[in-house]
Amino acid sequence: MSTTLYKVLQKKKKNILEYWMSLQLSDDGLREDLITNEDLRVQSEELVNALIANLSEASSLDLQAESWDPVIEILGGISITRARQGFSPRETGNFIFTLKESILQVLNEEIKGQPEVLFEESRKINRLMDNLSVITFETFIKGREEVILRQTDEISEISTPVIRVWDGILALPIIGTLDSSRTQVVMESLLQEIVETGSGIAILDISGVPAVDSLVAQHLIKTVSATRLMGAECIISGIRPEIAQTVVHLGIDLSNIITKASLASALAYAFRTLRLEVRKSNIVAPKN
Amino acid sequence: MDRIPILRMGSFLLVTIQVDLYDRLALTLEADLVQMVNKTQARGVLIDISAVSIVDSFMGRIIGNIASMSKILDAETVVVGMQPAVAITLIELGLPLKGVHTALDVEKGMRLLTEMIGTEQPEESEDDDYITD
Amino acid sequence: MIISLTKDPVTIQKEQDVVLFRNRLKEVAVKIKMGLLNQTRLITASSEIVRNMLRYADGGVGLIEIVSRGRDNGIRLTFTDKGPGIADLTLAMRDGYSTGKSLGLGLPGSKRLVDEFDIKSKLGEGTIVMMLKWTK
Repeated sequence: MSTTLYKVLQKKKKNILEYWMSLQLSDDGLREDLITNEDLRVQSEELVNALIANLSEASSLDLQAESWDPVIEILGGISITRARQGFSPRETGNFIFTLKESILQVLNEEIKGQPEVLFEESRKINRLMDNLSVITFETFIKGREEVILRQTDEISEISTPVIRVWDGILALPIIGTLDSSRTQVVMESLLQEIVETGSGIAILDISGVPAVDSLVAQHLIKTVSATRLMGAECIISGIRPEIAQTVVHLGIDLSNIITKASLASALAYAFRTLRLEVRKSNIVAPKN
Repeated sequence: MDRIPILRMGSFLLVTIQVDLYDRLALTLEADLVQMVNKTQARGVLIDISAVSIVDSFMGRIIGNIASMSKILDAETVVVGMQPAVAITLIELGLPLKGVHTALDVEKGMRLLTEMIGTEQPEESEDDDYITD
Repeated sequence: MIISLTKDPVTIQKEQDVVLFRNRLKEVAVKIKMGLLNQTRLITASSEIVRNMLRYADGGVGLIEIVSRGRDNGIRLTFTDKGPGIADLTLAMRDGYSTGKSLGLGLPGSKRLVDEFDIKSKLGEGTIVMMLKWTK
């Protein structure tokens, strides 16, 4: 970058910031609900300072150069926060586009008389700012993806509720398709819950699982074996006749596993194991 | 040389493994434990591995060995407190520890041993809700 | 494309080095936020290989690398020894096969515990085992 350009920008840093702020504050997409004007000013000033300071030291406009790391870091920080706060891509994009606009405006004012120089320098600034925009978007999207990933985790956690049906008995109804990653979550949360509650019996109810193939069966067997190693018993309930058919046709051996047709019969089995009795009482329960 | 302490509790022996085992330590434990079973005429061995974060095939083999050796000396072995991650890993490794009894914690392990052996133990509470195998 | 972010070689010569190696690996795994179950799988798998290295090759070097592919992070371990090598890899990778007195679960078992596994061996020159586990 030519020294003239850098000197111009350095001298006009304040103008750039002011102009940029006015552009941002007059924008339709200004989100005063998400960020206060003071905070916006602080953010903007930090970025302008880092950007201009860097133009003075580094003659290179290559963003791969180490000297650009601080600028990229500030910009990345701003974009990721915006992604989390719920700014739209347009609003985030405008943040950096209006900065470009401001710099070009100041350049234009300063070197008006030399169109060729102006063109050349504008082109350089343009390229630099475009690259910074790309980084802004990449980070913004990454921030959004993180939100999605977190939600995916939450959903898979919610979809595997471990219920304490009785002191010492856990039940985990599985609804929906069981794939490898889901079985993983099922298995982990069930085993963790066994440790935490000290429950000796766990019932895995698969009545809501549409199909059982050999892979799913393998996962189920794995869960049962791991439960046993920990010192608890795992019962599989809710096996529909079709599933029993497929299991046998596929040649899967479930003979080492306690299986029950329904959750109710699994529970009855668990009660028997724990030597508990459920009886109809002769005493009429008070109605309230 | 490091050794893992073996505690005697009535007719049972209790071993609590608190450190990460390296092979020689595990082998020493195996030898010590078998000696102790013989010396004290213990009827049951409880191995608490709740603090152990890694059980590989060697450690698994030692646990299996202890169980088989104790069995010959007429003592049952119960492994208690295995961490979920350790249990899953052992299964995937292909080591289901067949022939080794397991329980969730020392207390439940103790009840299981009492149940299996039927020795005189301090009075059980009324609602003995233990799980049979 | 898998990019290597850090490299940390650990020399393994005596039995206590196994514990040292595990701890180092644990630190790295915690740093990249690997879940407890995957940590346990990786450390157990590495433990099998380290033992083999000590038993058959008088030790070697275990290289711990943090790697990334897209937005996935993981740990790649490369174990290099200058031991006698393995005569029949297909046989060595089979469950229950052992030339020593072990259960013969080491190699096939560790393969099941990680996401990627590769073994190269040359008789008289040594063995290289590579394994990779992603955080997720």
